[in-house]
Amino acid sequence: MDHMKQELLQVLQQDCRIPLEKLSVMLGQPMDAIAQAIDDMEKSGVILRYTPVINWDRAGKERVEGMIEVRTTPQRDQGFDAIAKRIYRFDEVKSVYLMSGAYDLLLLVEAPTLKELALFVSSKLSVLENVVGTATHFVLKCYKNDGIIYDEEPRDRRLAVNP
Amino acid sequence: MDYSRFLNASVSAVPKSGIRKFFDIVQTMPGAISLGVGEPDFVTPYHIRNAAIDSLLDGETQYTSNWGKASLRKEIAYYLEHRYGLTYSPVNEILATVGASEGIDLALRAILTPGDEVVVPEPSFVSYCPGVVFAGGVPVPIVTDADNNFMLTAEALKAAITDKTKVLIMPYPNNPTGGIIDRESLQRLRDVIIQNDLLVISDEIYAELTYSQQGHISIASLPGMRERTVYINGFSKAFAMTGWRIGYACAPAPLMDSMVKIHQYAIMCAPMQAQVAAEEALKRGREDNYADIALMRESYNQRRRLMFESFRKMGLKCFEPLGAFYVFPSIEKTGLSSEEFCERLLKEKNVACVPGTAFGACGEGFIRCCYATALDKLTVALERIDEFLQTL
Repeated sequence: MDHMKQELLQVLQQDCRIPLEKLSVMLGQPMDAIAQAIDDMEKSGVILRYTPVINWDRAGKERVEGMIEVRTTPQRDQGFDAIAKRIYRFDEVKSVYLMSGAYDLLLLVEAPTLKELALFVSSKLSVLENVVGTATHFVLKCYKNDGIIYDEEPRDRRLAVNP
Repeated sequence: MDYSRFLNASVSAVPKSGIRKFFDIVQTMPGAISLGVGEPDFVTPYHIRNAAIDSLLDGETQYTSNWGKASLRKEIAYYLEHRYGLTYSPVNEILATVGASEGIDLALRAILTPGDEVVVPEPSFVSYCPGVVFAGGVPVPIVTDADNNFMLTAEALKAAITDKTKVLIMPYPNNPTGGIIDRESLQRLRDVIIQNDLLVISDEIYAELTYSQQGHISIASLPGMRERTVYINGFSKAFAMTGWRIGYACAPAPLMDSMVKIHQYAIMCAPMQAQVAAEEALKRGREDNYADIALMRESYNQRRRLMFESFRKMGLKCFEPLGAFYVFPSIEKTGLSSEEFCERLLKEKNVACVPGTAFGACGEGFIRCCYATALDKLTVALERIDEFLQTL
């Protein structure tokens, strides 16, 4: 990927609502080149979506998040892909990672209540063929997510005026 | 008690920094967006902070050599050679100092005898002229011209030289203007410097924050200039390490001999953990091609383009700054003095800038705006400046 696209991604990751005109000034590139680069990256699946990062605790929405370690039996010719696919189709599952180490898949799951999350594990996940075992960890508090610190306001420690 | 009879009159006569006065006003304005800072808005990269923590936990709490840790000086030598083509011996030509400021002070005190004149291009950093006075010298400001991108010209230098002139201070990349100096201008200056047998104290603290194609060129790298230059640099700006107070000075051994003498009696050594952190910064940089610096410079550069373009759109005359993290637009057409402009902007729009006059009398008609500030704040500040201009 060329340098301009990489720089563009870094800027967009901080704030994807910066107008095209301002992006063009900041990167020192013509507007149509920026527009083209964004279009390319959207089409090739580099940029998937533009979404806000939400602190749901502050939004006052009741929800339960958990991380689930899943041990599985890999399948012939498909490895972990088939079972991962089965799992990521559940709406409760926000993220799925194949991991090295003591377990195989790590899921980030979300449900409106503790009961519903427990039900997901016992009636949907554990019963899958090839799932050998699960360990569920409930999230108590999110301190930092996607590079953003949740539990403190950003603060400028510098003196307001100095030489 | 009347202390004035005890105090050194030449020190008392030096005015307090114009920045200080402005700082006091800003303090009374909570929530002001400040474009008045003179330091990076990044914190020191994590691995650098961590190196200092490890060193503390390991019990490295002693003095170091007066010169600074040998391993740090070796890293500095490597860095200067590979980054700027400068060759200094880590044994007797590189000194770790308490910030670049100490290096400047040491150089002035080691070189000047009472009455020696020091040529100081202005606008420039607030400490040069007071530093010259404290060292017993006489500062001779040279006005640099916005139309020439605030570059010092050989003609202006020549005109300022008298038989008492001993030193030229070279302040590029420049605080407050953001100006840099190109190779051609340096070459012309070199001829005048050599013809008139001058020494140069070159403050290159912003060297890494240069946005031109050519990149930063050190005057010490020009033929015949190494032996005439005290080279000053540090970690504050390149690695976002202002609070650590760690820099370095490099000079030919005979000059360095005197500088180290002052340093060893007055300071002893730069703080251990700051030295450890600095060493880590350079070591990692050597391994990853200075990725920390590249990342920060890119981010400054985006904001630099935005600020420059915004001032241009507002109709303020402004040359394109290619160094440091300042823009220095002219506010002359508003009819306000720099100080009036900044005071009113602060009181009416809650945005702080620094009057150009803080950096020399010729800064009148300009304001210094620092773009090392979060993009959202910068955007709001620029909108407010635009609104303010329309009320005038």
